[in-house]
Amino acid sequence: MTETPMIGGNMIDFRKEFFADERPEKLNEIGKPTRRQDITGHVTGRSPFYDDHLFEGLLHMRCVRSPHHAARIRRIDTSAAERMPGVQRIVLGRDVPRNLNTLLSLLDFGIDDEPILSTDRVRYKGEPVAAVIAATDAQARDAVAAIRVEWEPLPHVLDVEAAIKPGAPAVLDIYPNNKFAYHGKYDHQKLRYGDVETAFRQADHVVEGRYQMSPIEQAPVETCGAIAAPEQNGRWVCYTSTQALFFSLGTAAKVLEMPSSRLHFIGGTVGGGFGGKVDSIHEPMAILGAMLTGRPVKFMWDREEEMQVGAPRGAELWIVKDGVMRDGRIIARQFTGYFDSGAYTRLSSYAVIKCVGHLPGPYTIPNVHANVYCVFTNRTPATAMRGFGITGVDFAIEAHMDKVAEAVGMNPIELRLLNAYRDGDMKAHRRIAKNCALIECCQVVAEKAGVKLAPHLAALASTRDGGGDRARLPAHTVTDENGRVQGYQPWSYARKNAPARDPFVGAPPPVQPPRAPAAGTPAVNAPPRADQPPPPPPPSPASPPRQGALRFSSLSGFRRR
Amino acid sequence: MAVTVETHGSVAEAARALAQGGVYLGGGTGIMRGVNAGAVQGRVVRSSDPALRVIRSTADGFSLGAGVTMAQVLGERDLAFLHAAARSVGGPQVRAMGTIGGNLFAPHPYGDFATALLALGARALMASGSPRNLDDLLRDRDRTGLVAAVEVPRPRDPRAFGFVKVQRVKPRGVAVLSIAAHLPREGGRLRGVRVAFGAMGPAPLRASAVERVLEGATLDAATIARAAQVAAEGLTPPTDPVATGWYRASVVGVHLKRLLERMV
Amino acid sequence: MALKPVTFTLNGNAKAAFTEDGQNLLDFLRRSVGDLSPKYGCGQGGCGACTVLMDGAPVLACLTLAEAAQGARIETAAGLAGAALHPLQEAFMERFAAQCGYCTPGMLMAARALLDRNPRPSRDEVIEAISGNICRCTGYEPIIAAILDVAEGRVRA
Ligand SMILES: Cc1cc2nc3c(=O)[nH]c(=O)nc-3n(C[C@H](O)[C@H](O)[C@H](O)COP(=O)(O)OP(=O)(O)OC[C@H]3O[C@@H](n4cnc5c(N)ncnc54)[C@H](O)[C@@H]3O)c2cc1C
Ligand code: FES
Ligand code: FES
Repeated sequence: MTETPMIGGNMIDFRKEFFADERPEKLNEIGKPTRRQDITGHVTGRSPFYDDHLFEGLLHMRCVRSPHHAARIRRIDTSAAERMPGVQRIVLGRDVPRNLNTLLSLLDFGIDDEPILSTDRVRYKGEPVAAVIAATDAQARDAVAAIRVEWEPLPHVLDVEAAIKPGAPAVLDIYPNNKFAYHGKYDHQKLRYGDVETAFRQADHVVEGRYQMSPIEQAPVETCGAIAAPEQNGRWVCYTSTQALFFSLGTAAKVLEMPSSRLHFIGGTVGGGFGGKVDSIHEPMAILGAMLTGRPVKFMWDREEEMQVGAPRGAELWIVKDGVMRDGRIIARQFTGYFDSGAYTRLSSYAVIKCVGHLPGPYTIPNVHANVYCVFTNRTPATAMRGFGITGVDFAIEAHMDKVAEAVGMNPIELRLLNAYRDGDMKAHRRIAKNCALIECCQVVAEKAGVKLAPHLAALASTRDGGGDRARLPAHTVTDENGRVQGYQPWSYARKNAPARDPFVGAPPPVQPPRAPAAGTPAVNAPPRADQPPPPPPPSPASPPRQGALRFSSLSGFRRR
Repeated sequence: MAVTVETHGSVAEAARALAQGGVYLGGGTGIMRGVNAGAVQGRVVRSSDPALRVIRSTADGFSLGAGVTMAQVLGERDLAFLHAAARSVGGPQVRAMGTIGGNLFAPHPYGDFATALLALGARALMASGSPRNLDDLLRDRDRTGLVAAVEVPRPRDPRAFGFVKVQRVKPRGVAVLSIAAHLPREGGRLRGVRVAFGAMGPAPLRASAVERVLEGATLDAATIARAAQVAAEGLTPPTDPVATGWYRASVVGVHLKRLLERMV
Repeated sequence: MALKPVTFTLNGNAKAAFTEDGQNLLDFLRRSVGDLSPKYGCGQGGCGACTVLMDGAPVLACLTLAEAAQGARIETAAGLAGAALHPLQEAFMERFAAQCGYCTPGMLMAARALLDRNPRPSRDEVIEAISGNICRCTGYEPIIAAILDVAEGRVRA
């Protein structure tokens, strides 16, 4: 049975024959057009975006920005600007209560590395070093142009490979080799599963590829910004475009050294975010401006700033090497990956963690090895964007799959079908694959593309023939101490509840549970049914304990399953 | 500094005001961005003279007030030969606002309409009353007075005029380049050929090498091939986010060939 | 800096307010007049979020001097609905033609300008009419479908 309802202008093809026993019979919303609950405000122009709040006496804040990729700040002369019409206040780094932050400190991950307004050095073009608060935007612009900064340009590096060469200029003193320190131990995030080197020797073909992706700007139509104003009783109200309201609240409280109970954040109506509105730059600045002037202050990027200093999805560089058998089975895959974090950490170190959890892509490969680096360069700091940490490597993986298909003379869809995850397979990060659907997707793609599949491939199903041998952990995993770093505390990722356990020993392969039993209580790992409460999380030795862990689902996609 | 805006009732007054410094604002689609960003400071001069918005037919063509918008051009059936060029400028809002006077001064990569005017042999009528041919005006746009109107000769055979804009984003996109060709014929031979390129230099310019090939020739496959071959001769097109100079120089011949083939 | 009075009609109502030299119509409408429906997306003409109708023509409020509105008839998305919603608004709701909604007021006015001039546009004409407006969320298809619904009489007025 195939239904093709129209949603929006798009034909959506629902294939209800797949996984039919995993859904209740009647779906009330899925597959049916629905109205957004906020749509009336949108079509009448009444939805309250942050800039749609009027304040009598609103002041405007704009930043003085570095024209250099890297420079020392010798002197900032604000005297002429102070005397200009409409100027209320000039803000410098010394006015910021805690002028050093990393977004990830709220996740207990990473070291504070980024000034709100830099006082001594800039590390990317457009980095702010001062802010003007004036009565009008035009007056703020004129005063910004009148602030004289004496710069001493420094050597800079704009490319990840150049940045990790010995002798490259250090972007941040705390990471002298321009590489983030993972878990206080290594200069990269490791994934070790089996023994790729041995597998490469056994493979019929070894296929290598190099893939690169440029930074991508989220480019929301509404530029990032915030308006802050004094409320009574010592509180500050902040209207913001943030897409992570409580994250921005926490960041503002930290930077302003103020209990969050004194901050009243109003958001939720966001003019497009796509990941680019989590960096919480505008809220603390606007509130600081309101504190320093006692008046409502707006800090808003114009389009040029949004494009130049708005943090993009960072550039990535990938080197992928596969060992593949003549029949198309991929038996080993090795990655070397570089995320260009730009000048500061923001969320890139975490993007790497997410990325490595995704390797080697949706394919069952018995030997996987990855070294993934978070590299600092003098480019605009990078941050989240849709498919955070995943999009770049997926591009590399899927381009590489095509290359492998060519090497073994197979149709690329067939190659994917052959290697796709099936329910019950062991993934490289030692968890069991479930709710897989790549096989079915490939079959539909083949049908739509007019590719005739061999009968054995057309007959494959994600729910069949997984597990068993495919669920077995490698007999031996090769580990190493390469990339050891000294001098960092072994904190960072999930420090608060890091279990003392060696992931490379001991965990027996979990038993493959039957999928979606016909009746009765759902088995462990079965997908939750809508009409029943979800079962408690399984006590699987392969999954980390959950209690107490900070989950940050808008960024990480962490979910209880 | 800040901006002061003056509105003058006649073109002549606006010209006199401009002579003392300042910048003229037509439709504003080019200038207002700078006003918003604080890059334009000081005097901004406008004119409310209704003559600026008038389209008149003349003995051999049309006189278009400098304040005539692209949308106005598109609303005139008699100006059909200019419609492709007018439609190629921006989206509907930009065409409702942007003027032909402003298009003569639009910086690279803009000036698609001016490219068409150049190929048609149009003349600018300055506020002082003196005419100026567009070749000169476009070559030296910085020191020019106020343009009051543009006089466009009507092509005797509308099929002798062709225009194409090459863009990556459709339907609205910045020019990789644009080409306008006026190829009148006399007894099967091309006489009085004018070909202009947009976005192939700092301002729209004549494709002299192409014109030399076409003038006096018959428009056949061999001529077209020769014209395409010399298309980029003597040009150093600019590099910008839309295309590199190398790319522009490499593809201009291909697009010229396609346009000429359409006009055979 | 002198303040200049501007009198005009906004969505059919007579208005008067002061502008400062160099102020654009977008800022004027939003901050000086209080119609927050046109949006700022770029201030450069690139996004169309600020689109309003001026004497019936779609213009970019961010690139229009506020004082050029003297004597003009300005219409914005806030005035699109009468006692009932405008068919375009109904169609946008029905077709899921807005996600974040930030581009929507400008899109609606661009669409309105098209239908006023050409009540039965083709799909290509619809695409052309919104080519000056950027939407980062929807991928445009639902917007095109909504406008065509109105043009082809699938939404009642
Ligand atoms: C989103 C967008 C897309 C665009 N797309 C295109 C495009 O595809 N093709 C293209 O060619 N252009 C494009 N433009 C540029 C511009 O809109 C057009 O070139 C338009 O014709 C400029 O006219 P204007 O009246 O708005 O100019 P203005 O902004 O008023 O003026 C532009 C310049 O011309 C001078 N000027 C104006 N009128 C006169 C006059 N009568 N005498 C002397 N000097 C004068 C001004 O002083 C100023 O220096 C685009 C602009 C935007 C914002
Ligand atoms: S804000 Fe006017 S076009 Fe973008
Ligand atoms: S709905 Fe978000 S930009 Fe169009």
